[in-house]
Amino acid sequence: MSFAAPNVTFHERVDDALRDQILHTALDRATGRFQTLRVNALASLPDADAVRDRARMIRAHTLSSLDTYLERFASNVERAGGHIHFARDAAALNRIVSEIARKNNVKNVVKSKSMISEETKLNDALEAEGIRVVETDLGEYIAQLAHEHPSHIIVPVIHKTKEQIGELLHEKIGIPYYDDPAQMTAAAREKLRFEFLNADMGISGVNFGVAATGTICMVTNEGNGRLTTTAPRIHVALMGIERLVPTLDDLSVMLQVLARSATGQKITVYTNLITGARRAGEGDGPDELHIILLDNGRSRVLGTEVAEILYCIRCGACLNACPVYREIGGHAYGSVYQGPVGAVLTPALGGIAQWSDLPQASSLCGACREVCPVRIDIPRMLLVERDQATRAGKMPLWLRAGLHLYSLTVRHPALFGLATMFSRIGSRVVAAPTQGWIRWLPPPLNAWTRSRDFPAFAAKPFHTQFNKFVSQRGKNREG
Amino acid sequence: MNQINSRTVQLFATCLIETLRPEAGMAVVRILEKLAVTVEYPQGQTCCGQPAFNGGAWDDARGMGCYTLDVLSRSDAPIVVPSGSCADMLVHHYPELFASDKKYGAIAEAVASRTYEFSQYLVDVLSVTDLSAEQKESIKAPERVTYHPSCHLLRGLKITQQPRQLLEHADGVEIVEMPNATECCGFGGLFAIKMEEISSAMLERKLDAIESTGAQAVVGCDVSCLLHIGGGLHRRGLKVETKHLAEVLDRKDEA
Repeated sequence: MSFAAPNVTFHERVDDALRDQILHTALDRATGRFQTLRVNALASLPDADAVRDRARMIRAHTLSSLDTYLERFASNVERAGGHIHFARDAAALNRIVSEIARKNNVKNVVKSKSMISEETKLNDALEAEGIRVVETDLGEYIAQLAHEHPSHIIVPVIHKTKEQIGELLHEKIGIPYYDDPAQMTAAAREKLRFEFLNADMGISGVNFGVAATGTICMVTNEGNGRLTTTAPRIHVALMGIERLVPTLDDLSVMLQVLARSATGQKITVYTNLITGARRAGEGDGPDELHIILLDNGRSRVLGTEVAEILYCIRCGACLNACPVYREIGGHAYGSVYQGPVGAVLTPALGGIAQWSDLPQASSLCGACREVCPVRIDIPRMLLVERDQATRAGKMPLWLRAGLHLYSLTVRHPALFGLATMFSRIGSRVVAAPTQGWIRWLPPPLNAWTRSRDFPAFAAKPFHTQFNKFVSQRGKNREG
Repeated sequence: MNQINSRTVQLFATCLIETLRPEAGMAVVRILEKLAVTVEYPQGQTCCGQPAFNGGAWDDARGMGCYTLDVLSRSDAPIVVPSGSCADMLVHHYPELFASDKKYGAIAEAVASRTYEFSQYLVDVLSVTDLSAEQKESIKAPERVTYHPSCHLLRGLKITQQPRQLLEHADGVEIVEMPNATECCGFGGLFAIKMEEISSAMLERKLDAIESTGAQAVVGCDVSCLLHIGGGLHRRGLKVETKHLAEVLDRKDEA
């Protein structure tokens, strides 16, 4: 199961995260910096809003004719000498990769960053076959050494401080302790260089597939992506079926917003466009290129109320902007995809029954919608999934009954008046000794009073005061 | 149907102002009446149903929505709502909630098209940004206030400047900007109960930001967020008041 919910409950994971001081230091450092960089980078575009609108239109159009573009992409990949595979689910993808590895007698694999491989737990599957897998994106490499999963779509070890990483590298790969990222990177590069030369297969992710040319585009900031896709004799590229754009022109629009939204760069250090395997007479590149398109629930999401989440280009801006993500980090979500986009995508792909907590983990503040380069209305989809969760019987009984009763009261003004009168009297009695503030409420409302006081109801409700005002107004006008 | 008068408005006071903060509602009434706007209060109004909508109980929310739409459709007068999130509910979420409802879909669209948040109505409809008195000398030492732009007001309705313009012209007020002002206070309706731990952590940041300004009052356009912030301030033992924008703009002594 690629979207199996963790054994520990969401609330327990959140509690752990909130207690983790180092996590907060790390998250505050990184998310704050990325937010500032993003704003500045977008400001460097003459009309960022127009580019974002265009990017959104491209995503919307592509997904509205996805079948056409998938066919076009597949035939153009094959025309360029690549192999195309479709994987219905995670197990199918892992099986396809294993078969390619077996056929080519692969013993050692290097990987550059791929969220799809996280989704299918590909490393576990390959290791079970006796294949050695080394992550070569520095963040992913660190996560692998720590036996952890990424906690951010584009910054895998955002949850770690550089001091923690220095200690980890010292312990795991036997280099001296550094707290300077440049020294750490140089040391890791030394170790990884050997892995590239020794590998039989390179596995990479894909940022966009271009239907018109059969090209895959991969953006990275480390040289590892290029080495992974050129040094080994086999290159396997993994992508979700939704990651297509129609043409190279469309790609250029997407690239204008991707790096700016993700890391606040105008463009990433490496932008790779790969069309087919090495051709006769070419010096570099693999003998074989395999592109695997993963569905894993995506086609089921098309045409539903949350289909827009497939517009996502995995920039991670919504994670950096989210006040909830900043408090709990990525691991608390318990999913491959974290933050606002993960809270929508995970239940959409993995089922609301298993993931009903994630859409609740939002104050609906809208910061995610504001920063999304393709303007996905994430709060709207969180709401849709909350409604789905209720229909799936996932709302606690007290809340369901409470809201039902509240709804009944609201629709009967006499009942509403009576209910508010009792609340007024009750709250004023309780709050009388404490200057009009209630310091403790019974469960389940004690969740409020654990950290906040609650004011007593006003002595005279608004409508009473207004009616008095109106009768005064009438007298004044008569007089 | 009542006669349409561009200077008559219906006030949708909201359930929180009805029960917890009637002073804010009365301040709205006094301000509008002083500007020669007749305020009507559609009888029987209760709650727009936002708690149920945000909570994921859409069937209950639709029930409350139909009720409120009926209450607000007895007149064609513009609707003024002294709350960003309730106005956002009427303007954006009712039309979505009733999109496939033959009868209420049209009513929701009509209501949405004539609904205004309080500061938006003053600035955008009445073109009023300055509610200050003529005689400035009567003002004592100015009160230091900090403005919290609530999320649904800011990012839902995109009302960014109107409350600030009104506040800048208010008598006896010195505005101090809080750090990261546009960040959520962590209220989020039932989120504050269901996800209490996260909500409280977000609130702590907001309280730190407010405390750092040395302000005597936090001003906002949403009683709900002010309720949350105020409850946190009081628990912290801070002597910082929470005020609805209308309460700052309203000069009762002159009434």
